[in-house]
Amino acid sequence: MSSNRQAETTASPWRAPLLFAAVILLVVLEGTVSNAMFSGSWNSALSILNMGLISAVTALGVNMIWGYGGLFNAGVVGFVALGGLAPVLISTQPVAGAWAAGGPQLVLALAAGLATLVIAVTTAARMKGVARVLVVALVLIGGYVATRMLFDPAVTAIEANNPSKAGNIGGLGLPVLLSWPVGMVFAAIAAWGIGKVALGLRSDYLAIATLGIGEIIVAILKNEGWLARGVLNITGVPRPVPYELALQSNPAFVEAAARWAMDPATASAIYVKLCYAAIFVAVVLILILLSELALYSPWGRMMRAIRDNETAAEAMGKDVTRRHLHLFIIGCAVIGLSGAMMVTLDGLMAPGGYNPLRYTFLVWVMVIVGGSGNNWGAVLGAVLIWFLWIKAEVWGPAGMSLLTSPLSDGPLRQHLIESAPQMRYVAMGLVLLLVLRFAPRGLLPER
Amino acid sequence: MDLLNALVAILNFVVIPAAAYGAQLALGALGVTLIYGILRFSNFAHGDTMAFGTAIVILLTWGLQALGIGFGPLPTALLALPLGIALTAALALLTDRWVYRHYRQVRAAPIVVVMASVGVMFVMNGLTRLVIGVDEIQFADGARFVISVPQFKAMTGLTEGLALRTTQAITLVIAALSVWALFAFLNRTRAGKAMRAYADNEDLALLSGIDPDRVVRLTWIIATGLAVLAGTLYGLDKSFKAFNYFQILLPVFAAAIVGGLGSPLGAIAGGFLIAFSEVALTYPWKKIAEYLGFEPAGLMQMLGTEYKLAISFVILIVVLLVRPTGLFRGKAY
Repeated sequence: MSSNRQAETTASPWRAPLLFAAVILLVVLEGTVSNAMFSGSWNSALSILNMGLISAVTALGVNMIWGYGGLFNAGVVGFVALGGLAPVLISTQPVAGAWAAGGPQLVLALAAGLATLVIAVTTAARMKGVARVLVVALVLIGGYVATRMLFDPAVTAIEANNPSKAGNIGGLGLPVLLSWPVGMVFAAIAAWGIGKVALGLRSDYLAIATLGIGEIIVAILKNEGWLARGVLNITGVPRPVPYELALQSNPAFVEAAARWAMDPATASAIYVKLCYAAIFVAVVLILILLSELALYSPWGRMMRAIRDNETAAEAMGKDVTRRHLHLFIIGCAVIGLSGAMMVTLDGLMAPGGYNPLRYTFLVWVMVIVGGSGNNWGAVLGAVLIWFLWIKAEVWGPAGMSLLTSPLSDGPLRQHLIESAPQMRYVAMGLVLLLVLRFAPRGLLPER
Repeated sequence: MDLLNALVAILNFVVIPAAAYGAQLALGALGVTLIYGILRFSNFAHGDTMAFGTAIVILLTWGLQALGIGFGPLPTALLALPLGIALTAALALLTDRWVYRHYRQVRAAPIVVVMASVGVMFVMNGLTRLVIGVDEIQFADGARFVISVPQFKAMTGLTEGLALRTTQAITLVIAALSVWALFAFLNRTRAGKAMRAYADNEDLALLSGIDPDRVVRLTWIIATGLAVLAGTLYGLDKSFKAFNYFQILLPVFAAAIVGGLGSPLGAIAGGFLIAFSEVALTYPWKKIAEYLGFEPAGLMQMLGTEYKLAISFVILIVVLLVRPTGLFRGKAY
């Protein structure tokens, strides 16, 4: 990597503002112009912008891991999902009777599982030879059986509690903004575990291990009904902003909407989305401020030194693996934050929707296109790529029907037009490959 | 008698499915390990190469079926395989020419090449969706069973039945043949020896006049061939669904790492280890325990089938912790 990181030429100082202006223009066009390419609805434009800002937070996390550490996290989807669990467990209303049904036993089961792992790790560290293998295996099997004996009845009891409406352990009913840092902590704990194992080996091992943990976290969310109702989804996650219906029944708001010549329904939807956008912009700016401060501190210089030449940094007495672990944990925590933000925005936890192509690899495209190592680049890449990703679903079939217009209306043309939305996968892959090859430093190169 | 019944049940529900699945994983892991050994990166596009190749084979199979050509009791897909492999290998060679060759020439860090393989993965995934869609497809035809449950019961008089599906038998036979052919190629032929020499020590191999481009080409052709084979056999055995081929990436990687990245023998051992652990740990052993005279309270299932991915992951983690070079001493650093 070091070969393509040194600045060959200094980019124009106008580059970043111009590119950001272009992205903002795209969003404004989507909001105002109504033609074959843009919908002309502010509602749609702001939806895209909000998801784009959340993707920007994910991309900032990935950028910390990749841009500053050169580490490959192939399980971003898992950390997003794990962060999304926090609003469910912290902010949804408690489920009546769930805790009484099996809460304490469940906690006991989880504690038993944790204790098993701790005992196994400590015995593995203390003993040697064949005895070690035997004892560790015995501890693990015994602990597993004990955990399952505690766990299964507790889960059955919780899931039997009002199964049509709840069946989950329920939340604490705390304010939803409080759950965002908790989402960071969830993701950080998972990152610590996986980083402890896979860092320090070949760089691809971390990629493969994170690919695994990502899949498993999503599998757990899909299948553990007691946790967040699994594929039955949790709806009604509370919001940090007003509800549309409340706004519509507020006479002052209706009057204000009338002054803007908008009907109350549209106005309330747009108002809510603007509130979200304000919160998300604030989060993005705070994150960028913090990471820029960190990057230009002694700690940040050390990190960049490690990235640019691991061997030299190691010779200077830096513990590379340990530093990488820190970086990995921080980056994953930010990814977890974005997951919590997304569940808050949607008001919905739907584990079925966590698709690795969308939540892992598309975010990678955002970071690479934006400019790895540059925080503003990650934000730019995220909003731009997200915009294109959403619009490509519309543009693909339209473009394809234009392209195939010389063909007669046969089954081939039909098939091509119908499968055109799939073209965006090909397009994203090509964008990634082209940027990686011809502009490896991205739209906004690292300074 | 009960002991025999228990044995038959183990054979039917654990050994045969795990052997077939293990053979499919081994073929996939062989491709990963060859690419790793010679091109020195983990190919994230491997799962989608399997999917794309299988999609091509399915299209060719439909073509053959439309022409009324069948393969008797065997699936028509086997007839379509050679052309499917050739087409997919051609695509793989093109990706090497357009994507990977550049990174070899500039001697890029392996992780950058991994990133490029993610781009290839996207493109392959999109192409698969484009040509065949995202739905589940059954494309096995011909005879369904070599031995079916009623036949077996009539033959032996046991209460427990045993079924050997055609697809399972074919998987085992083809996997054995291709592994034999691969090892004969690697150990006996000049080209195979050149590949091993290149994997061992690139500079020394170049000095002794081995053509690196040829080695790379051969590697792509063989690895892609194995991938299409693995994908088609997996699809015949279960069913074809593009997303499942992305998910199989984890067990395939785990198999290659457990065996030792870069070691073909290790990939095979790893494939079977992962497959047998997966099937044995997700199988409810209640019935077998009852044959043996126990009265278990639960199903005696260690883990739900929805968590079978977790098994390859745990095995992977244990290997990374205990022996990062894998069972057969691959490359870990």
